[in-house]
Amino acid sequence: MRNLWIFISKYNAFFLFVIFEVSALFILINYNSFQKATYISSSNEITGLAYQKVGQVTEYLSLASVNDSLARENAKLHGELRSAFYIDTLTKRHIADSVYKQQYTYIVAKVINNSVNHRSNYITINRGSKDGITKDMGVICSSGVVGFVVNTTDHMANIQSVLHKKTQISAMLADTRDLGSFLWGDNLDPHQGLLVGVSNNVKPRIGQPVVTSTLSSLYPPGIPIGKISNLHAKEGGLFLNMEVALAVDYSKLEYVYVVVNKLALEQKQVEAARVKDE
Amino acid sequence: MSRTILINLLRFIVLVFFQVFLFKNISLYNLSTPYPYILFILLLPFETPNIVLFPLAFLIGITVDAFYDTPGLHAAACTLLAFVRVSFINITVQKDGFDNEPEPTLSIMGFRWFFTYILVLTLIHHFFLFNLEVFRISELQYTFVRFLLSSVFTVFLMLLSGLLFYRKRER
Repeated sequence: MRNLWIFISKYNAFFLFVIFEVSALFILINYNSFQKATYISSSNEITGLAYQKVGQVTEYLSLASVNDSLARENAKLHGELRSAFYIDTLTKRHIADSVYKQQYTYIVAKVINNSVNHRSNYITINRGSKDGITKDMGVICSSGVVGFVVNTTDHMANIQSVLHKKTQISAMLADTRDLGSFLWGDNLDPHQGLLVGVSNNVKPRIGQPVVTSTLSSLYPPGIPIGKISNLHAKEGGLFLNMEVALAVDYSKLEYVYVVVNKLALEQKQVEAARVKDE
Repeated sequence: MSRTILINLLRFIVLVFFQVFLFKNISLYNLSTPYPYILFILLLPFETPNIVLFPLAFLIGITVDAFYDTPGLHAAACTLLAFVRVSFINITVQKDGFDNEPEPTLSIMGFRWFFTYILVLTLIHHFFLFNLEVFRISELQYTFVRFLLSSVFTVFLMLLSGLLFYRKRER
């Protein structure tokens, strides 16, 4: 017995090695074969807490890339929203009438960019040349005149709004059919316009509706522009000038209709020939 | 004596911390992953009795295992390392030559002995560790490359730390 004890103590390193090595291997094999929940893992209280605390510090280092990825994900999710989709199917409304030949068709479009507070305002819509929109087409909405197309791409069109310094629309008083010219006033008021060039013998009254005239190639006749709000805006000498309260709230435009005038080209050609003759 | 315990306790905490939160994230081309935490076992004083040495080796192994989610793996490798350490010191160092509890550090033992010491022990530890981790003959070649490159990295880091805490010999 004593000899055994001397033997063990002499080679204690080896025996200790065997004991601890066997227990380590036992833990290793046991864990690997049964995948038991064990205390020796990164999910126990101490190691978990340590990882958590260090993670709180190290997450500051990756904030930039995390922000970047979140922004990218936001962009992706925005792209999946219903409003991000370009609606491809498009219905032009035709009215089959045997008496009249159709002159105007309408293309519905959504306003995707708009401004009202500049001197020259433009609107962008989500229809373009692929949908049959060309330059110099009139644009209206359900409550009145909006503008006309100045530029198109394949899927987009740019509209010069009525709220533009160069706006000049052939207009008339709705019930008396007296002609005039509609301009946007220079006080940048998105609710006010001017009707100028009405002949002196006309007796307009406040509240009289102003609509598009039959002369314009852009718009069908009778589309509302506004109502007369002030009879004496600027003294125009031989002509009457009036202030017009606009019918359309341009800051709230959602959907507009592009007017396709089938006779516009002919009208232009014939008017160009007239100019040439003079 | 109590100073030795304090220093080793501190060394234990610092080495585990760096191993788990720094070196765990370092991997050169998925080939070289350093394990300099074994420096704790290597730097225990010569006079450490075996009955203390083996539990300490097992303890630091199992602590690292807890963070690496590999229960038993590092503990087994560290226990082997402790055994090799005992044998290596028995062969190369005569025990009576030192006064006041010397440690096997670079500053006390000199570069040649220290380098051989950490090189041999690191190679054995890493060889055992990597092969036990993979435990597959078919990946022997890849494991061997990993083991060699990791050993180089670990030895480099341990030499660096040895030079960092280098103190000029007084005797």
